[in-house]
Amino acid sequence: MKRLLLFISIVLLLAACGPQQPAALTVMTHDSFAAGDSVIKAFEQTNNAKVTFVKSGDAGAALNKAILSKDAPLADVFYGVDNTFLSRALAAGIYQPYDSPALKNIPAEFQLDPTHQALPVDQSYVCVVYDKAYFASHNLAVPQTLEDLVKPEYKGLLVMENPATSSPGLVFLLATVKHFGDPNYLGFWKNLRQNGLTVVDGWETAYYTNFSGSSGKGPQPLVVSYATDPAAEVMGAQTPPPDSPVGVVLGPDTCFRQIEFVGILKGTKQLALAQKFVDFMLSAQFQADMPGQMYVYPVVPNITLPDAFTKYAQIPTQPATLSPDEIAKGRDGWIQAWTDAVLH
Amino acid sequence: MNSMISHHDGTKTQRRSNLRALVPSWLNRPLLWFFPLSFLLVLFFYPFFRILAYSFNVSTLTTDNLNFAISVLFFTFYQAVLSTLLTLLIGLPSAYLFARFDFPGKSLLRALTAVPFMLPTVVVAAGFSALLGARGWINLTLMNSFGLSAPPIQFVGTLGAILLAHVFYNTTIVTRVVGNALYHLDPKLEQAARSLGASSRRVWWNVTLPLLRPSILAASLLVFLFDFTSFGVILLLGGPRFSTLEVAIYTQALQFLNLPLAALLAFIQLFCTLVFSILYTRVVERSAVQTAPRSAESNVRKAKTPNEKFFIIALCLLLFALFILPMFALPLRSVSRLDADRAQLGPIQTGLTMDYYSALFVNVRGSIFYVPPFDAALNSLLYASATIVLSLLLGFPAASALARPGRLEKILDPILILPLGASAVTLGLGFIISFGRLLTVPWLVPLAHTLVALPFVIRTLQPALASIPDRLRQAAASLGASPFRVWRNVDWPILRRATLSAATFAFTISLGEFGATSLLTRPDDPTIPIAIYRFLSQPGGLNYGQAMAMATILMALTTAGIFVIEKMRLPGAGEF
Repeated sequence: MKRLLLFISIVLLLAACGPQQPAALTVMTHDSFAAGDSVIKAFEQTNNAKVTFVKSGDAGAALNKAILSKDAPLADVFYGVDNTFLSRALAAGIYQPYDSPALKNIPAEFQLDPTHQALPVDQSYVCVVYDKAYFASHNLAVPQTLEDLVKPEYKGLLVMENPATSSPGLVFLLATVKHFGDPNYLGFWKNLRQNGLTVVDGWETAYYTNFSGSSGKGPQPLVVSYATDPAAEVMGAQTPPPDSPVGVVLGPDTCFRQIEFVGILKGTKQLALAQKFVDFMLSAQFQADMPGQMYVYPVVPNITLPDAFTKYAQIPTQPATLSPDEIAKGRDGWIQAWTDAVLH
Repeated sequence: MNSMISHHDGTKTQRRSNLRALVPSWLNRPLLWFFPLSFLLVLFFYPFFRILAYSFNVSTLTTDNLNFAISVLFFTFYQAVLSTLLTLLIGLPSAYLFARFDFPGKSLLRALTAVPFMLPTVVVAAGFSALLGARGWINLTLMNSFGLSAPPIQFVGTLGAILLAHVFYNTTIVTRVVGNALYHLDPKLEQAARSLGASSRRVWWNVTLPLLRPSILAASLLVFLFDFTSFGVILLLGGPRFSTLEVAIYTQALQFLNLPLAALLAFIQLFCTLVFSILYTRVVERSAVQTAPRSAESNVRKAKTPNEKFFIIALCLLLFALFILPMFALPLRSVSRLDADRAQLGPIQTGLTMDYYSALFVNVRGSIFYVPPFDAALNSLLYASATIVLSLLLGFPAASALARPGRLEKILDPILILPLGASAVTLGLGFIISFGRLLTVPWLVPLAHTLVALPFVIRTLQPALASIPDRLRQAAASLGASPFRVWRNVDWPILRRATLSAATFAFTISLGEFGATSLLTRPDDPTIPIAIYRFLSQPGGLNYGQAMAMATILMALTTAGIFVIEKMRLPGAGEF
């Protein structure tokens, strides 16, 4: 009898702490995060882990939720802060540094945080995107520069996102600050307002409800969106068209480079696993999966891109950039000034 | 009316003793309140006040901030009052139509007008733009017919769009709440007035309308609170030029991380809701009306006079134009090839297609966030069923206590309405700091849905419970009926319709709920609105088509759900 009890308790003990129980890792992301099922499964199998993703709103909202839950973090890893909000994340101290061995493969231009709390994962370009069919059928030249946008022939053609509620909107505002300088950028925006600029709350509305080049077939043939849209439209079509229906305006400072970062949240109880996950996001396997899932570019060099990317996506040659410090100092003031100039 | 009030007061003491006789002794008031109040404490008051305490800071009370808050508050009130009046303008005749007349297609029309209530705003915005946008059908037709070069109707980004969307969303509340009361009105009162020589108009103004006042006030309050706290409609259809308190809270808290200002705004919103709730409960309390349970043949009838026929046809056409047309855009888009219009760039692909539906079943990009449509529908239905059960379980005891109000109830009544008007964004942040990792447990979703649905359920059940004539209970009890039998034969026939109404509210609220669900769901078990949003957050015609297909499934499911709930009958109950 005693032996039986001992046997049962050993079995129970083994079942409770046996190796078959996978460790749980929670990853907090913004709403646009996507990843391949097989890629994540591979990570889970290799590390005997179960990864749960918590989507927490757009880029700004997700970060603020992470900051708000700093004392009792919702997750172990947070992905999705970009260079426009990097300073806020670092100032709030939500991350713990991780000197990932994978960082050696990543060019220095992406490593904006020397303390290695926020590690670069991907890059993309916010640009002015145009509807090819509209400009062809109206015999209208596609605008080439930011200055073109305030010309009368483009009156009422541009739709953008509100910088106060949307990441691409904010990034485009930064591009104009870089190009025209502070406070001259406000003159540009006042002219753009006179020229019939349409402002909507977020990317989904801008792209699907207002932009004429998307399936929503809205009224405006110019939209503030991403340089990878031409590729995305081809990859996301039922039957791939022979050419992409949309193109990108590639003038000086019409595009602004966005870099997204990942970091390990302070207070994680799964530090080793979290570090492995960060390494995994910087690995060739995840970096190659990313473009087709999120329509962004890898930060690791020499990754094979999907065919549609090499064929249709356009890489800006003269993108605008501002340092995280400049953005941190100016951001909220620029948004406020923009709101007063354009909306009120 | 005056005599009725005094009658009501005179029987109060007598009523209480009756209640003691009918309700088992262990089921006393504190017990009735225990579960509903604990629920609200844990899921509403604790997280809400925790985030307010965490964020609020006296230094935020500057003149600039206060001026900002006042201007936002003014617009919030302004658009809510206008929206509520417009909603009543459409809703009251509709309530009359559905409660009094029988006509072909009535059940379907009534179910369809309830669908907007649960549609996610992204989908509604898409529907309205397809109809009224610069390149929508109406503008294109007008431009073609009159040779105009610019779209004549400017819709998106105007106050008109906000008002129309609010009417579109909330008319069903008026139809349901007022229609329910109208249906239960004792026809003898109207008959008596008529037999004394009153004209139909006079009967309506002097008898019917005063009797309907509590339900009209109840409906107006719910509509007003929804308009007052409007968020998605303002963002998507009103555009960035308009901002309600809730939108300002969202922008301040989640974009600027200005938590003190967000807390100030949330506090103002909560205070307004409280004041409004207290006023409302006082008004409703003073005009309680007894109605009689009866067979329905006496009030639902076919149109007789030409005037009545005209009324029915005109109103049906209006409802069709207002509710069915914008929704029709979605199923239409879900079966049209949207890569069309690219004639000069590729082969013409116009025509009908089922591709978007079949694509729903394929994980096109091998994404970890892929949702099989059947699973999303199943999750949605499971959550909705759990929400019905939970909200009825919590709603019945609370509504029973409120139906026979004592001093405690006078204090608790307005408090029960608070979750409806309190800032949802703030509550969401409260959840984050209060529950931490618990946020990802799946059963938190139906609990959150119940929190949203509960005020509706209580408001719908309470008038019905209060309307049960004690005479009937006394008669039944004195004839030897057991308490259960009294409940089954007296209470339930009166309650049945209100219960179904309450269940419909809970069901539709749960199916369409997006804000709380997006905060709480794990990627493994998303609901249909979450799936729609996932498709819409990626570029490409296929994603857009799939979002429309998913929205169509949601609409079909809701219509079917409301249809089933309304058609549910108990054997021998003989309604309709």
